[in-house]
Amino acid sequence: MTATSTTLARKRRSPAARARLAADSGFAVIVSLVMAFLYTPILILVIYSFNDNRSLTWPLTGFTTSWYEKLFANDQLLTAIGNSFYVASCATVLTLIVGVPAALALHRFHFPGKTVFRRLLLLPIALPGIVTGISMLNMFKMFGFNLSLETVIIGHATALLAVVVTQVFARLQRLPKSLSEASSDLGANPLQTFIFVTLPNIRTALIGAGLLSFVLSFDEIPVTFFLTGRDNTLPMYIYSTMRRGVTPEINAVGTLIVLTSLVLIAVSVVFTLRDTTGRR
Amino acid sequence: MSRSRIARHSGKLILGIPILWIILFMLVPYGVLLTYSFWLKKYPLFVPAFQFGNYWTLLSDPQYIKVLLRTLKISTLVSIASLVLAYPFAYYLVFRLKSPTARLILFMAVIAPLWVSYLLRAYVWKTILGTEGILNSFLMSIGLIDEPSGIFLYNQFAMVLTLTYIFIPFMVMPIYTALEKIPPSFAEASADLGMGSFQTFVKVTLPLSMPGVVAGFTMTFCLSFGDFIAPFLVGGPDGQLVANVMASQFGAALNWPLGSALAVVMLIIVLSIISISDWFEQSGKVEL
Repeated sequence: MTATSTTLARKRRSPAARARLAADSGFAVIVSLVMAFLYTPILILVIYSFNDNRSLTWPLTGFTTSWYEKLFANDQLLTAIGNSFYVASCATVLTLIVGVPAALALHRFHFPGKTVFRRLLLLPIALPGIVTGISMLNMFKMFGFNLSLETVIIGHATALLAVVVTQVFARLQRLPKSLSEASSDLGANPLQTFIFVTLPNIRTALIGAGLLSFVLSFDEIPVTFFLTGRDNTLPMYIYSTMRRGVTPEINAVGTLIVLTSLVLIAVSVVFTLRDTTGRR
Repeated sequence: MSRSRIARHSGKLILGIPILWIILFMLVPYGVLLTYSFWLKKYPLFVPAFQFGNYWTLLSDPQYIKVLLRTLKISTLVSIASLVLAYPFAYYLVFRLKSPTARLILFMAVIAPLWVSYLLRAYVWKTILGTEGILNSFLMSIGLIDEPSGIFLYNQFAMVLTLTYIFIPFMVMPIYTALEKIPPSFAEASADLGMGSFQTFVKVTLPLSMPGVVAGFTMTFCLSFGDFIAPFLVGGPDGQLVANVMASQFGAALNWPLGSALAVVMLIIVLSIISISDWFEQSGKVEL
């Protein structure tokens, strides 16, 4: 591609072609820069999880898997992982239960206050988690609730609502209206239409939104920071380890998290692709 | 008749669940937050009151204004840095890249880091930039510097770099979407009218992509404005941002009313930015 455009530019030597070539190389530099910027740190994180040295310095000293072995012997860490799974699963289910009806309401109904409703639902996208965390902490304290993993779940579900609503709403908007019209013409009531027509059509959006919510909740820290009681989630555990300094063990946990994220991304891409190709 | 009744009830449920949730877990907490911000701190407790002392402290004590200005500066720099990298990237993907597969892969490659723990993405920069970090030891091993330098970590540069790294996907996504919406026929028409590709960009593409730029700017600005993890990890002693001060009021400083007042201020700032950007988007909207 680049080779052919180079030879073309040489042959013609027209200013336009030369300008285009210059622009193309400029873009190539930007794209490589962005990619390097995004992925070098992740690569470094992974590499140093296998490095045979307590301090994270160059040059690399040797290969080891001992940091990983240490992880699996660390009870606190394993408990934290368990807690994170519990929190992320519950928060995902809750946020879907609230978010899907919200997206349906935005898509289908016209009602007074709809603009405010939408604004509030989407607010957590741009609202820093710390505000959500602190305001909920204040509320739980004022009404005498003790902080626990359950309060964290409620906080996460609220913060992630916007993710579910935007994704499901976007899919609903792309569904042809004729589908639900045909369904009610054939005598289905709105509930039947939802279960047998709408739901199968937005299934992949639900899976995508659910996966993303799960990952975001699993990694969440600003809300968790304020709402957790004595129990630590995985990010909170890592955070408290970081206060004591950098260690290769953190890199090892990090690498495992990166790996899990990659698998989940792949799953969601497969679902999205199957959906877009299957439709045509 | 009965069908319409079911419709009415399912409608109530569809609307009722989210509205109930919003009231219970958004409006009530914000209300409590506002209430707390008027309370007094009387060691070791907080007592109900209605006074503006906490807000007055924020205005009159220069350290809070200083932190606020620093935070505004950092978030502006982060948004600008993200924009400078994200715009050409998105432009290339939409207008220059011919292969749809390559476009999808590159786009996914920018979004993917969002799925990778945010805490770890901040942490890794600490390991890179630190005095005993990877960058320093690397520069020493190739002989560029003789002793470890402390200039990389614990300053505002480190903070801008780390926050840009974390939030840049939020800039790419809306710009990409905005650019994708511009019909190719517009560029063709512009070329037919004798405009060069640069002129076309300035007069056609750029104005039409402004809603995406505004949306991206709003998101990166607001998110870095409220971040307290990255400043904690790479910011150093004079790298505290508003959110760090806020968090410390709920921790060591133990002054919830003052922390709540700060949170209210942050909420107001974020809401104003969102409203301005909404207004900007609406007024700049062109029917395609």
